[in-house]
This record gives sequence, structure tokens and C-alpha cells, in this order.
Amino acid sequence: MLPTPADIQSRLERLLLRVQKPGRYVGGELNQVVKEWDNVQTRLALVFPDIYDIGLPNLGLAALYELLNQRSDVLAERAYAPWVDMETLLRENDIPLYSLETFHPLAAFDIIGISLPYETLYTNALNILDLSGIPLFSHQRTENHPLIIAGGHAAFNPEPMSDFIDAFVIGEGEEVIHEIVNCYQTWKRNKQPRAVLLKNLAHIWGVYVPVLYEPQYRQDGTLASINPLFDDVPKTVTKRIVACLPPAPTHLIVPSIDIVHNRIPIEIMRGCTRGCRFCHAGMVNRPIRERSVEEIVNIIQTALQNTGFEEIALLSLSSSDYAHIDELVEVLGKNFADRNLKVSLPSLRIDTFSVHLMEKLRTARSGNFTLAPEAATERMRNIINKPISSQLLIDTAREIYARKWPTLKLYFMIGHPHETLEDVHAIAELCKTVMAEGRKAAGRRVALHVSVSTFVPKPHTPFQWVACDSIEQIDAKIALLQRELKNSGIKLSWTDPKKTLLEAWLSRGDRRLGQVIFTAWKLGAKFDAWQDQSTLEFWETAFKQSGLDPDFYTYRPRDEKELFPWDHIHTGVNKSFLLAEYRRSLRGELLADCRETCTACGISATFAGLRRTSPNTDWRCP
Amino acid sequence: MMRIRIAYAKTHPLRYTSNLDMQKIWERTLRRASLPIAYSQGFHPQPRLVQACPLPLGFTSQAEIIDLWLESDLSIAEVQTALQRSLPPGITLKTVEAVDLRSPSLTNQVLAAVYVAELPAHVHDETLAERIQLLLAAQTLPRQRRGKHYDLRPLVLDICLIQSNNNHPLRLQMTLVARPSATGRPEEVLDALEIDPFSSRIERIRLLLEEHNVHQKPEHPL
Repeated sequence: MLPTPADIQSRLERLLLRVQKPGRYVGGELNQVVKEWDNVQTRLALVFPDIYDIGLPNLGLAALYELLNQRSDVLAERAYAPWVDMETLLRENDIPLYSLETFHPLAAFDIIGISLPYETLYTNALNILDLSGIPLFSHQRTENHPLIIAGGHAAFNPEPMSDFIDAFVIGEGEEVIHEIVNCYQTWKRNKQPRAVLLKNLAHIWGVYVPVLYEPQYRQDGTLASINPLFDDVPKTVTKRIVACLPPAPTHLIVPSIDIVHNRIPIEIMRGCTRGCRFCHAGMVNRPIRERSVEEIVNIIQTALQNTGFEEIALLSLSSSDYAHIDELVEVLGKNFADRNLKVSLPSLRIDTFSVHLMEKLRTARSGNFTLAPEAATERMRNIINKPISSQLLIDTAREIYARKWPTLKLYFMIGHPHETLEDVHAIAELCKTVMAEGRKAAGRRVALHVSVSTFVPKPHTPFQWVACDSIEQIDAKIALLQRELKNSGIKLSWTDPKKTLLEAWLSRGDRRLGQVIFTAWKLGAKFDAWQDQSTLEFWETAFKQSGLDPDFYTYRPRDEKELFPWDHIHTGVNKSFLLAEYRRSLRGELLADCRETCTACGISATFAGLRRTSPNTDWRCP
Repeated sequence: MMRIRIAYAKTHPLRYTSNLDMQKIWERTLRRASLPIAYSQGFHPQPRLVQACPLPLGFTSQAEIIDLWLESDLSIAEVQTALQRSLPPGITLKTVEAVDLRSPSLTNQVLAAVYVAELPAHVHDETLAERIQLLLAAQTLPRQRRGKHYDLRPLVLDICLIQSNNNHPLRLQMTLVARPSATGRPEEVLDALEIDPFSSRIERIRLLLEEHNVHQKPEHPL
């Protein structure tokens, strides 16, 4: 018997003052939607498997929340991972994880939708099911349990989480979520067994039901095949896309406590044509779809009236490439940037045009200027297909400092394929040059922050064949940077290469990793994305207990003919294109931005049918 | 420029929203209301608003007061209507009035605060009354909070039990000094009375400002 919302609330009353930031656990924020529980047909819980502070600003879930709650037959509520202090109290007091809107236990919902934007959330997802008293493994669940669905960027390789998730959404959720709900409603009306629901779901474009597929492995541990168990289940699952961007959420929930992003996020464009070879998002989010300037301005106006937020963030993978960026910035600068509002424009191209754009949005609240050169030598830039000359970066930086931006932040990545210590040394040299130029332009007080992350080869990218750089190599590269930048006045920060290791195991993992994830969670792994939670030991033990070699997933270069655990998931970009790109990277050859000339990645052909039947599909594809 | 004083109640779901976060709540409320809140000068402009007296996390209040400054002069009725439309759940407007720009800082006008605590079911009337008498009779009440020693006694102006019928939990009313330099905390008083503050619900019911009459002067000047 599940506790009632009233039970849960009265038990919480005595506990909340004992935890950090109890405001995370009470809901009731402006713009949350509360519906009569008994007046709807289908109830969904949307879950972000990290703490409230990080989960609430997630734009994907905000969009689904608004779309679902627009339906009169559906309610959607929210839940997040409780921080460890709260988890202990929930467990000690037998309080299951509950929704913030109505305090119903998650197990009382029909469907639980979990967002999986990155792999380090996997153990948290398991923990959330466990805190809800829901069996972790899909095969243990019955008609009386909620349907567990998941989506997000990490779901493009669904295999590692296949044991736990009933159905994955591959790609964009805004339309397919309705079809999933409809499918669920029909099944429930007909009172059919669970297996029928799963099979029906598998027929929806963009839905992957892992239990209906069976992998076979070779002696050497690589995949021999992954085939559907039934003839009427599709052999490959093509990602779901929307022909044009649906209306953006404007009734955003306004938190009553301080969280990581307190702002109106507005997606101005989806997709990217740049083709950086390391970039997962750039490959899986094709094609380009843009909103009009008019639509963006209307969205911001409405969202500002509804929320009162102090910041607006224009989101896309490459803001400078948005076709009407000049006009947009002009309009926003004029209408919004003077009202003590901050308008942020991340992901800018490295050129002086970007400085000119940022100037127009500049207000008293503007912060730093951020650029992402990623690499510092021409050789490296050709390998990763991100050609920016050092001179251009230096010129841009000089302009930024000369216009009195106090701080410039540069993002670099180390551990790229075929990277040498000389390439890393060049990062330090370039940063020192930038700093010197900055001082020349604006004096001693300028600041330069350099942030270095470690490259992880991702599925569905041209680098899916390459091995990760070893931990020893990465450590040596970080040490080199520390040595070179010492006493330079430049602030250096880097991600712990051990955290990256976990991401590397999981992102290119196969279905056998389910056992590893389960064991690591059992041993105590959770909040793996947090720098202060050291969980690597649990993972190493879990690999050992599962009889799997972690190095198989990280340090092994893949044969060009290898069948990957995610090859039955089709992003629209062909494997042959990715392979050709990989070979070009080995030769140090660039591939041009495909906005001008089509590079035949496969997107246009895959979605030709959708394009023909939809109006307004200006995808910047031929 | 105009200065307005807002008295409001802060209740669930803002019970766990800190004073710092309340600044943001007000800033956003004013932006939704399209009221021209004034900002401070300088490198990091902040909205010009002042809260009378910080309310500890987890308490509700019927007696919060803030002063805020608007860039242009509007009628109080206009301000009130615009606010009413834009308030988040957990804030109930009580009064809105114009204040002289030159009048002293709100924080410095606060003298004392009155709290009511709803006590746990197991606390009994007679023994508690006795403990209250003892507390009030004491000359000093040395205590330690976050590693700092202080005397709670001069911060307590009055404590009394509120009579209620048998079905309701016992309630305690406390009047405590609330000055920027010295503030009595109700949970400290409860603890001194051997009542678990975590199991009590505490509400601030009144703030006593300089113009009002304080019904009992503190025994020691603060």
C-alpha cells in the first residue's frame, strides 16, 4: 500500500529543517501546474536524475511539462534526485520519492519519464527508481508498475541502460511524447498484458524498446549482431525529429530558491552545420531548424511577463550561425538589455563579429566573454575539423579586452586523437599570448580563465572508432599545462580525468554494462557527475564482479568493420559518412561547413519524406 | 523616485525560502508587475529593497515588511493592483503605503518581533508554565550558538501560553528583541524550555517598529 500525499507531507514536516536547502523538496513554485489527480486519464512524472538545482532549469523537461499539461486528459508533475542528506532521511522514515506538485509517490504514476542528457546520471536514475519502490529491472515490472521511459542525448546509445528502461525516445520528444501517451491509454483501456504495451510502443517512430532486441557477441567480446526478436519490430530505430521547432515553453517554473540557472532559456536554433568531429551534439541534432526573430521576441516577451526572470539565455550549438543573428541581437539589445536584464549569448564563433554582437547585448549585468577554441595547433584543428587560426583568436581576444570586458574564458580540450605534448604545449603558449595582448590592450587587471576538459570519443561521431587517451597521458598533459601556466596570472581549471573515464566506459558501452551499472549502484555509486563524490572504486569493483574489462570500452581502437552496440540506432547521419570523416581526420583534411555545400551526411535523404509533407522546412540543407 | 512599504504574509510554499532568495522573489514580482524598481548604482546594480527583519528558514510569518524604491511616482492604488496581479504563491499582501524618502532605514526601526509556536503534542501545560516562570525569573541565560557564547535572557521580552481547547496543540507566544545588533531566536527559547524546535511550527505574528508601543522595555539596554 502506497502512502497518501497527506501521509508524505506530514512525515516531511519534521524532516525538512534537518536538510540543506529544504526548498528543493516542497514544490509550490510560481507557474507549477497542479491538476485534480482523479480528473485525468494519464499521469506522468518527469524526472531529472540530479538535484533540483540542476534539474529545474532543464529546457527539455520544461518543454514536455508544458506540452503535456496542455492536454486535459493528462497531468505531468516533477521529481528530482534528493541530495544525500535528504535521501538518508527519506529512507529512514519510509518516505518514497514523491512528486513536487501533489506529493504523490512516483509509483502511483502511469508513466515515469527520465531525462538522460549524460551518462554520469545513470546510477542516479537507478537510485530514483529504488527510492520510489519500483523494481529496477524492466523484466521485474508488471502491469501494476509505471511504464519507465527515458530520453535525452545519452539515449542515442541506449544499450548500457537497456535492462532498466522499458522504452527509450531516440531524438526529439515534443511530438512523440503524445503518441506514447496515446498508445499507453489505448493499452490501459483494453486491459492487455504489459508485453503488448511494449510491442505497441516499438511501432512508434523514434521509440526503442530494448527487451525486443537481442545482442549476440563474438569470442573477442565485440558485437556479432543485435536483432529484433519479432518480425514486426523494426530492425533499426530512426531518431525522431520535428519538421519545425514547436512553440517554446513560456510558462517556465520560477524557483523560490537560488539554483544554477535563473533565467529564461530560449532555443533560437536546433542543429549545427559546422561538423566538429568530436561533437556528439553536432552530429545527432541535425538538421538545422531556426526560429524567426519575431517568434523569439514574442517568446521572450511572454516568458518575461510570466516569470520576471533577470536573465535571458539564447541557446543553440553555434549562435553566430543563426541566420538572423545580427537582427536578433539588435532587437533584443534595444528592447530588453537596458532593463537590468542580462541577455547571454553562448557558443559564439571566434571572430570580431562576435565581439560586436556581444557589445549590443551588454548591460550592467553582463559577465564574462567565453570562447571555445578547443585546440591550439593547426594540425590538431585539422584533425578535429575546427579550423580557427591562432591569429584570429588573438585578434578577437584583443578586441574583447580593449572593449573593457574584464574576463575572457577559453575552453580547450585535451586528449584529442593523435594529440602530442607539443599540441598541449601550444595551448599554454597561446594562452600566454592572449594574456599578453590583453594586458597591452587594457592593463594589468585583465583576467584569463582557461578551462580544460578531456575528450571522450562519443558514439555516432567520426571519432567513434578511436581509443581514449590513457589516464597517464592525460595526467602528464595537465601537469604540463599547470607547469607552463604557473605564475602567468592565468587561471587554469580542468576536469578530473577519472570522471571522464566513467563517461568513456558508459558512452560507448554495450548491453552487458547494465550489470556493471547495477553493481556500481549497489556498492554506493551515485551523483557520479559531482566532483566531490568519489565513486570510481565502486565502478572498478563492479567491472571486476561482472567479469568485464573496462579497458575494452576505453583504450581499444575499433576496427573499421566493427558492429557497434548503437548501430541499430540511426541518427540520420550515415555510418559511411562518419567513417569517411574519420579517415579524413587521419589525413588531417578539413570538411567545410555544410551550410554552403551539402556534404551528404545522410540527414537530407533520411528525412526527405518528412520534409516533403511538412511546410516551412528551411533546414539549410539542399 | 518613491519609497513604498509593503506589509505581507509569507506562508507555505515560501516557508523554506531564505531572506536572500526573497530579494529575488520581490525583484521578479516587480518585473512581472511592470513596476519600475530602482537599482543601486555601481558595477553590480542590485534592486533597491530592504527587508525589515530576517525570518529564519522554516518559519511562516503574518508580519513581514519591506521597503522598496520605484524609479517613478505612481499612485499607491496602481502599485497595489499591479502587485496583486503578480505575486507568487506564498505571499499575501496586507498593506501598501508610501513612505517618506528621508525616513530612517526600515531595519533600524525594528525593535521586537512576536512569534507563536505550535508545540508538539506531548508537551504538557503545567510543567511548561513552570519552566516559563523560571526562565523569566532568571537574571541571565547563558547559551551557546554556533560556537558563540551569549545571554538569551535580555533578548526575551515576554513569553506566555495561549489557552486553547483540548483538541488543539499547545501554543506559546514569545516577544523577542529584534534589532540589527541583537536578535532573539524563537528556537533558542524553545530549546531553553526543553522543547524540540524541529517538532514545533513557528510563525511570526507581529513586528514592533519604533513608532509602535513596545509593551515592555528590555531590562538591559542593548
